[in-house]
Amino acid sequence: MPVAVGKPTFAVRRFEGVCRILEEHGYQPSRLIPILQAVQEEYRYLPTEVLTYVATALNLPPARVFGVASFYAHFALAPKGKYVIRLCDGTACHVKRSIPILDALRSRLGLSEQQKTTPDMLFTVETVSCLGACGLAPVLVINDEVHGQMTPERAVALVDAIITKEAQQ
Amino acid sequence: MTSTPVIDLERIAEEYGNARKALARRITICAGTGCVANGALKVFDAFVEKIAAAGLPVVTELKSEAPAATAKPDGTLMSHSGCQGFCQMGPLVTLEPEGILYTRVQLADVDEIVNETLINGRIVDRLLYEDPSNGKRCKGTADIPFYVRQARTVLRECGHVDPENIAEYIHHGGYFAARRAWTAMQPKDICEEITLSGLRGRGGGGFPTGRKWEAARVQPGDKKYVICNGDEGDPGAFMDRSVMEGNPHSVLEGLMIAARAIGADEMYVYVRAEYPLAVKRIRRAVQDAEQLGLLGDNVFGTGQSLRCHVMEGAGAFVCGEETALIASIEGQRGMPRPKPPFPAQSGLWGKPTIINNVETLATVPLIIRQGAAEFRKIGTEKSPGTKTFALTGHVANTGLIEVPFGTTLREIVFNIGGGVTNAKGQVDGDGFRAVQIGGPSGGCLTQEHLDLPLDFDSLTGAGAMVGSGGLVVMNKSTCMVNVARFFMQFTQNESCGKCVLCREGTKQMLALLDDIIEGRATGETLELLERLAVAVKKGSLCGLGKTAPNPVLSTLRYFRAEYEAHVHQKSCPARQCKGLLGLTIDPEKCKGCGLCARKCPVNAISGEKKQPHRIDSSKCLKCGACEEACKFKAISWN
Amino acid sequence: MRTKATVTIDGREVAINGERNLLEVIRKAGIELPTFCYHSDLSVYGACRLCLVQVEGRGICAACSTPAQDGMKVRTTTEEIREIRRIAVELLLANHDQSCPTCPKASACQLQNLARRLGIEKVRFKPVHDPEPVDRSSPSLVRDPNKCVLCGDCVRVCSEIQGIGAIDFAYRGHQVAVLPAFGKDLKDVECVYCGQCANVCPTGALTPRSEVEQVWKELDNPRKVVVAQIAPAVRVGLGEAFGLEPGTVVTGKIVAALKAMGFNYVYDTSFTADLTVIEEANEFIARKQAAKNIPQFTSCCPGWVKFAEQYFPDLLPHLSSCKSPQQMFGALAKDLLPAKLNVDRKDLVIVSIMPCTAKKFEAQLPRFQKDGVRDVDYVLTTQELARMIEEAGLKFNTLRPESLDMPFGFKTGAGVIFGNSGGVTEAVLRYAVEKLTGVTLDSVDFEAVRGEEGLREATLEVGGQKLRLAVVHGLANARKVAEQVKAGQSPYDLIEVMACPGGCIGGAGQPVYRDRQPRRLRTEGLYEADKMLELHKPQENHFISELYREELGEIGGERAHELLHTHYHSRRRIADTSLSLVDGDRSKLNISVCVGTNCMVRGAQTLLHNLIRHVEERGLQDVVDVKASFCFEQCDKGPTVVVGDKLIHKCTFQAACQALDEAVAVEPK
Repeated sequence: MPVAVGKPTFAVRRFEGVCRILEEHGYQPSRLIPILQAVQEEYRYLPTEVLTYVATALNLPPARVFGVASFYAHFALAPKGKYVIRLCDGTACHVKRSIPILDALRSRLGLSEQQKTTPDMLFTVETVSCLGACGLAPVLVINDEVHGQMTPERAVALVDAIITKEAQQ
Repeated sequence: MTSTPVIDLERIAEEYGNARKALARRITICAGTGCVANGALKVFDAFVEKIAAAGLPVVTELKSEAPAATAKPDGTLMSHSGCQGFCQMGPLVTLEPEGILYTRVQLADVDEIVNETLINGRIVDRLLYEDPSNGKRCKGTADIPFYVRQARTVLRECGHVDPENIAEYIHHGGYFAARRAWTAMQPKDICEEITLSGLRGRGGGGFPTGRKWEAARVQPGDKKYVICNGDEGDPGAFMDRSVMEGNPHSVLEGLMIAARAIGADEMYVYVRAEYPLAVKRIRRAVQDAEQLGLLGDNVFGTGQSLRCHVMEGAGAFVCGEETALIASIEGQRGMPRPKPPFPAQSGLWGKPTIINNVETLATVPLIIRQGAAEFRKIGTEKSPGTKTFALTGHVANTGLIEVPFGTTLREIVFNIGGGVTNAKGQVDGDGFRAVQIGGPSGGCLTQEHLDLPLDFDSLTGAGAMVGSGGLVVMNKSTCMVNVARFFMQFTQNESCGKCVLCREGTKQMLALLDDIIEGRATGETLELLERLAVAVKKGSLCGLGKTAPNPVLSTLRYFRAEYEAHVHQKSCPARQCKGLLGLTIDPEKCKGCGLCARKCPVNAISGEKKQPHRIDSSKCLKCGACEEACKFKAISWN
Repeated sequence: MRTKATVTIDGREVAINGERNLLEVIRKAGIELPTFCYHSDLSVYGACRLCLVQVEGRGICAACSTPAQDGMKVRTTTEEIREIRRIAVELLLANHDQSCPTCPKASACQLQNLARRLGIEKVRFKPVHDPEPVDRSSPSLVRDPNKCVLCGDCVRVCSEIQGIGAIDFAYRGHQVAVLPAFGKDLKDVECVYCGQCANVCPTGALTPRSEVEQVWKELDNPRKVVVAQIAPAVRVGLGEAFGLEPGTVVTGKIVAALKAMGFNYVYDTSFTADLTVIEEANEFIARKQAAKNIPQFTSCCPGWVKFAEQYFPDLLPHLSSCKSPQQMFGALAKDLLPAKLNVDRKDLVIVSIMPCTAKKFEAQLPRFQKDGVRDVDYVLTTQELARMIEEAGLKFNTLRPESLDMPFGFKTGAGVIFGNSGGVTEAVLRYAVEKLTGVTLDSVDFEAVRGEEGLREATLEVGGQKLRLAVVHGLANARKVAEQVKAGQSPYDLIEVMACPGGCIGGAGQPVYRDRQPRRLRTEGLYEADKMLELHKPQENHFISELYREELGEIGGERAHELLHTHYHSRRRIADTSLSLVDGDRSKLNISVCVGTNCMVRGAQTLLHNLIRHVEERGLQDVVDVKASFCFEQCDKGPTVVVGDKLIHKCTFQAACQALDEAVAVEPK
């Protein structure tokens, strides 16, 4: 049963998940990167509020924490879609024509270099520099599932299949 | 006195041997990333199920204190292995003692293998690898040219041992070298031995490992660190991943020897997070080593302590640079700092630190075990030993290989790799264009380098670099300007942005390459590009910037005519540069069948049925799917 | 045998004398190697690649990060190096807002200067500069990312010298930028407005915020009486802007210039500095005798006060409650001058001339306003004053010195040395020692508290008791002593804190300087000015005695408290935006769907998708905003959705629609 509980008093948010993570890492500033990794695991991305909280808890300037979070490619400062499609653009995949696959996916989903996530939060399309599965080039990963020897048509077909499946639910 | 019992390697090795002997057969399924993507784990489960269903005993984990139930001569040990290198042929299934290698094994094949091979002792011919040069079926690795022509020393155990079983590693002689280093050798002796062996860093520039260690050893102070650099970020390279996945203990043993050599008591393994399996295996290896007391407060009974931490990278290529990697471990942005001071003098937390690449460390136990002289017997005078390469691109056999230094490119591409393939994946005897070696730091080699013996110095001389060992073969459909642009885009994205020449220089080189590719270049463009590339190479702060121009400089050196065609004729000889070409439908030839329109992934083709169709060039991705699909050859590039 | 280590630089032998690196040896040899990212007070960064030199046997090295070694042979200007340097500068110019003539840093810009030195007449590279908005949010500083060369000097000064880290590098590669946390405005982060970043910035990326325009307007308004107060440090800094040796005392010329530009009265902040000493020393003696809130921190430096309010709210009772001399002046002037000068309070304009950017922030604080009118209306930095003098076309060096107006132009040396680190302490001692011992001092110089070190200590025997003093500049040092106090382990009685290196003479409003030498000379200049004055102790200032007698009454009394003392508040480091989850339009109904891991597993995505479609189908896009949001921490009750002000647990599509309908029904269209 859905329950309505009146006014959301966000001030009561106690960052319990973050506290547990910080505890596990002994509140050590040098553990900032593993802490952010764990936080992202918990919240799927790194919300500003949480980063500020982490900075305060570790006694680091928030600008430093933001600097670290925005430096590394794995940290997401905005939420990602339910299906994260990562297209490998390593050398092997590139010479085997990965870019037309990317173009086809973006075109199908109305995404671009700037807009990586669909407004309904279903898909995020991004590239990665190498997944180390060069033998299967070109490679595309949807969440954790690896798909090798891709073509633009096959990639679009995979996306269409997901859209159909989601629509049925 | 410490109470931790001293590890008895001999006993563990013997107990493992006994347990293993109790089982007649072993089926090893490659569980490297490539094979897993092709369904290897499901195949594994199917084997366990089918063998049991056939009424044969099967175990998935070998316990040293072998329970009597498994001690049957018809028992089968099912195990996973790390990457066996032959990724394209996966999933790979090896049967011992027969020495059979089945390739591309699908779920449906498992039944047949169990019935035919396990029960009836017959070989399933169709699952054997077929040598494309003579059509012969090969029973096992001993017959397959891809393997036969390699010299697998570092990778020897990869693909054979169970990476998650420390006892098996010990059974194969593992940790004996570490014990020797800790109990029978002085730090100085270890550094000398490594120096004598001529071992050079496998991660890039080839700096002598022994000299690096010695520099850290002579530093005063109790607190020192050793770090294993597993942040293999080169696109098109996965050697380190394979070693970490396939034989993590060899890396850990190498680290332990390094720690002893410089007097460190803390070790870090920094692994790229894109390699979740490698992370898992390394963590497991560390945990198992701790449990056996290999790591802890009484290493080999010396009373000395040694700890190992595993840290996952967070996605920054530049962290492969040692000072950036240190910054990353310290929880900072991975920005390199100027050297000196070198990490050997002042590294992690300002303490003497050495950083070695995964493959280098995995080589170390070998040297300690067999001695420097033996190690020098393979490879070349200045680059002894072997090197692993990730062989990818337009080549028949893609995968992980290991060859002695001094092997020629021809041997690698044509014999081990089985030749160059065309766009359709068929071997094309005349298809060779170039090999890109060393990733974004390396360069392109051409036909004229096919007989060049590969080592650190010959490659540097040719304007390339061993780098971490990505070796991408490119056929004649590859535009070399586009390749240079690809790498420039990569380094531009991965530049940390600290120093002016790298941050702004890579951006401008990319812009100049775009001008060339999109038809805006003039005669001055090439000159400016070259001057800028030289300035960035000479003036940048760290290795990333200093090597970033290599792909541009080496293609300019060997494929200048191709650049000039782009600049002066505004044409791309390989017909790859979108800006210089487009696809059109010849209305004379088009029958209006609509096949192209259906094939087009972006609906750029329209037209009435049975009427000539048109391509909307603003939508067209120039993927060429329509051209391939057209049965009337009505679509062409121009 | 060689006895001395030397380096051969362009054929000349130069001795190595403990220099930090090759760059310093080369500069000592009189060769001005260009740099952007090298600063003698900061760590070596090695990013600008301009100090490259050719070292025999080693190739091209950055001089800043190469230790000088005996026997090194160095060439500083080879063809190869010239080419790399030119390319580096061209690359920077190609990614730079080139509106140089209108840049506030124009004449002092090192990029411009270097382009000229290297004879760059054309940038061969394409402009790749994407304009970014300029941050003018702060009262003290303007941050113009379009001018930034990413040398990181500002980042290092903020973190290494000030111990704050309000700005840092963000993103990477070509996206790298120096930003306040999360790209917020400077006013919303923990910046204390000391402006040291602007002082070290080689270009116009960080500059003091100018109030020149407003001041000119006031001067042009015949109804207004415009009064200036000149801070002590200004008199030893302004001359540099006109080519005079740093430290040259130009008080009289400043008065002349201000009068020439139309200021009606020119007073001296040193007058209220004298007053500050008397109030603060008495407060200190009282606290010491009561053994309460000791150690006492000084409170003249607004950068330090904001720092304490942010990081050490528990220690605020330890701060002297005295206003800074600037604000004492403002309060007194606005209170007394209307009657004295026969002018309406609202027509009286107080303009401070300060060496400091944080004073701009201080002057606009609500606690220094009365009935919505600021005690100090405008704060001009030394730099801005120089610009006004230039604009007015005054030949500064030939101006005939004029006298300050009385009575607020009268001061003793105590009020003048306030501009040096250690000056406040020394001034307090000149007063307190006499007061405590009842004996007249023979010598007024307390050498023990003078010096360059960032943290200095002194112990004095006064009237049978020991006074332990600490003098601190640089907020990183302040943090150390404050931590001690917080831990209850501070050995001190009185702690003087100045945010800027060297105290106010090193303030960011002064003409920019690159090394320590100008700072040393300015410090000497102020001590010299003290010597030149007739009186050195604030208690000798008869205008102050008169002020107490006629206006203020008792020292520390009720009237004194009203005008001369203040209070402090704790302050958040990051401005509070954490309550807003989505940047939604407040006029719309906001629907937030939690997309945290748990809610996602429970179908939050489908819910979000359906809600967006539902809103579109009903054509409610203009009144309803559906957004994904960050975890509400109600994971066990997910999916969680907020519709307007209602939080729904275990939300279904129907439940959300129902809430939406209810909310839309009551929402005025």
